[in-house]
Amino acid sequence: MKHTISVLVENEFGVLTRVAGLFSGRGFNIESLSVAPTIDPSISRMTIVTSGDDQILEQITKQLNKLIDVIKVIDFTGQDYVEREMAMIKVTAEEKTRAEVLRIVDIFRAKVVDVTPRSFTVEVTGAPNKINALVELLSPMGIKELVRSGPVVLGRGPKAWRGTD
Amino acid sequence: MKKTGSKILLECLKLEGVDTIFGYPGGTVINIYDDLMDSPIRHILTRHEQAAVHAADGYARATGKVGVAIATSGPGATNTVTGIATAYMDSTPLVIITGQVPTPLIGNDAFQEADIIGITRPITKHNYLVKDVRDLARIIKQAFYIARTGRPGPVLIDLPKDVQIDTTTFAYPEKVEIRGYKPTYSGNLRQVEKAVRMILDARKPVIYVGGGASLTDASDELKEFAEKIQAPVTTTLMGMASFPRKHPLSLGMLGMHGTFYANMAVTNSDLLIAVGARFDDRVTGKAATFAPHAKIIHIDIDPTSIKKNVRVDLPIVGDLKDVLKKMIQKLGNSEEKLSETVQETSFWREEVAGWKSQHPMSYKSSESEIKPQFVIEKIRELTADDAIITTEVGQHQMWTAQFFDFMRPRTFLTSGGLGTMGFGLPGALGAQSAFPDRQVIDISGDGSFQMNSQELATLVQYRLPVKIAILNNNFLGMVRQWQQLFFNRRYSQTCMELPIDFVKLAEAYGATGLRASTPGEVEDVIRKGLETPGPVIMEFKVSREENVMPMVPAGAGLNEMVLAS
Repeated sequence: MKHTISVLVENEFGVLTRVAGLFSGRGFNIESLSVAPTIDPSISRMTIVTSGDDQILEQITKQLNKLIDVIKVIDFTGQDYVEREMAMIKVTAEEKTRAEVLRIVDIFRAKVVDVTPRSFTVEVTGAPNKINALVELLSPMGIKELVRSGPVVLGRGPKAWRGTD
Repeated sequence: MKKTGSKILLECLKLEGVDTIFGYPGGTVINIYDDLMDSPIRHILTRHEQAAVHAADGYARATGKVGVAIATSGPGATNTVTGIATAYMDSTPLVIITGQVPTPLIGNDAFQEADIIGITRPITKHNYLVKDVRDLARIIKQAFYIARTGRPGPVLIDLPKDVQIDTTTFAYPEKVEIRGYKPTYSGNLRQVEKAVRMILDARKPVIYVGGGASLTDASDELKEFAEKIQAPVTTTLMGMASFPRKHPLSLGMLGMHGTFYANMAVTNSDLLIAVGARFDDRVTGKAATFAPHAKIIHIDIDPTSIKKNVRVDLPIVGDLKDVLKKMIQKLGNSEEKLSETVQETSFWREEVAGWKSQHPMSYKSSESEIKPQFVIEKIRELTADDAIITTEVGQHQMWTAQFFDFMRPRTFLTSGGLGTMGFGLPGALGAQSAFPDRQVIDISGDGSFQMNSQELATLVQYRLPVKIAILNNNFLGMVRQWQQLFFNRRYSQTCMELPIDFVKLAEAYGATGLRASTPGEVEDVIRKGLETPGPVIMEFKVSREENVMPMVPAGAGLNEMVLAS
């Protein structure tokens, strides 16, 4: 089963390696990982998408907590949260398909951020499923290149995780 | 007044109460070694950096204090790796200082540069690269704190040469504040109450003790707890000395080379109380059939140990001493029910006693050949209860666990988790340097001994009277045993074909060498060895193809023991 975990860590060199090394060293799976500083510049927030049964997830959470540089681990599974990912897609845009690409982009509320006579670069934000759907629809036109940020999440409601509580 | 990084380091060590460090000098630690000449801290020069870390480890295991080792950058640092991994697997509190090339050169493949932070990341509890001398005192304070608190472990500080030379105003922080590190010491009372109810309802309880009992010095609480509930006690290799082997409730070691009765008791138990143990594969055998009828209570300070390898019915995270004290107290509130339980479990103790008399630990004695088990028994007979025994890894280690009746905590120092051949001699060196007046004996095999035999020089130089008993079978015995049992006696590369004259080797270093070749000589050699001042090698030419029995074959369940080969 897929799990999305947020990890608040000390914003110091080597922390990413500690987390990534923990996953590889213990055979845990990482589907995606994104990281950037939080509002408190001494803390970074990682969003990790991983998978495994309950026992593995429990180990992942505990092992992460065991790292000295990890301040807080939040497993969003079963909780109410907002999940967003961004992607940029470079699509072939031949004479006959240009209009179709733009139509699809419009439907997905994506936008074109770079145009050439032979390609569009499309930017899209949304839940990973939405991006998957857009990629599927654009595929027949010919996707030249695709980059995805990996999802980031925040819990719904007023409660906030800042690492200082 | 401003101080250099290297002076700050030594000042901090002093403030942490460090009296002895083990190490080896080199280019990037030369400043520290220069300042060491003016420091009250005793430095012991080992002959290899790996041995320096093992010695610090032995020192820490024997005393309970944090062990400190120091090495230069590059090869000095990489040589510490096995020592660090050994300490990590057995949760020994260590601080390892490595020199590093000057910060502007880091990453340039400079002379004697190695990314020791990267290399030791998975085998340290935490590690630090000090980039600014103003961080040094805080980092050292944190390193000692992290090493000795929670589940202890080794912490490495990589100290570039320029940071040792840079100066700053020195102030040692009084408090440690690490927001991501707050180990749980106090066991949850509700969980303790649940555990007590489970204990009162159990009819076939067994206590299973790991290395945590020794790390927290909880032997007294453990004994009181076991006696109160009258449950048989089995220990892992690491837990061995925490419960007196001659106690009527003692079952000795469980697992692959455990006693028949310990393994039978665990397999038939209805409640297993795991105390500071981590259900290692050498303990459980096939995890799926481990203690199949038992509910499991698991007490450990490290939450990751819980439910890692086996299912657990009741976890209690906390310091063992604290949790055991609370359990004893809660049990005290139910004296009536407890005495009822103790009465109703008497049939269980009888059943266990039955297994004990059915298959006690034994071996076939011999008039013509020296049996290794006989040597262990004799050493036990002739040493004090507070003698510190170290071992290397292999058959001699298992025989020591099986036949040496340990009675006091912190008297058995052995590499359990990593299984490091070559630990015993430097480990004994470290223990002896902490306790110059106690008997310290390294029980070794001829293979393991040669992995760090250079430390004989250190023993002689520092007049550390460690006694080394080599059970010499001219084989890498444990691997040979597996080849005999599972590879059709194809002894691939396990015969140490060159016979070493260990007596002469001892003499070459200025130590004493003694040899026993027949059973009749064994006692005399041990007596003489123990009486001789200074380091002594006692070589015993033991029967070559003796096996460690009983044995649970790898992947089998504990009840599928082979009793004799």
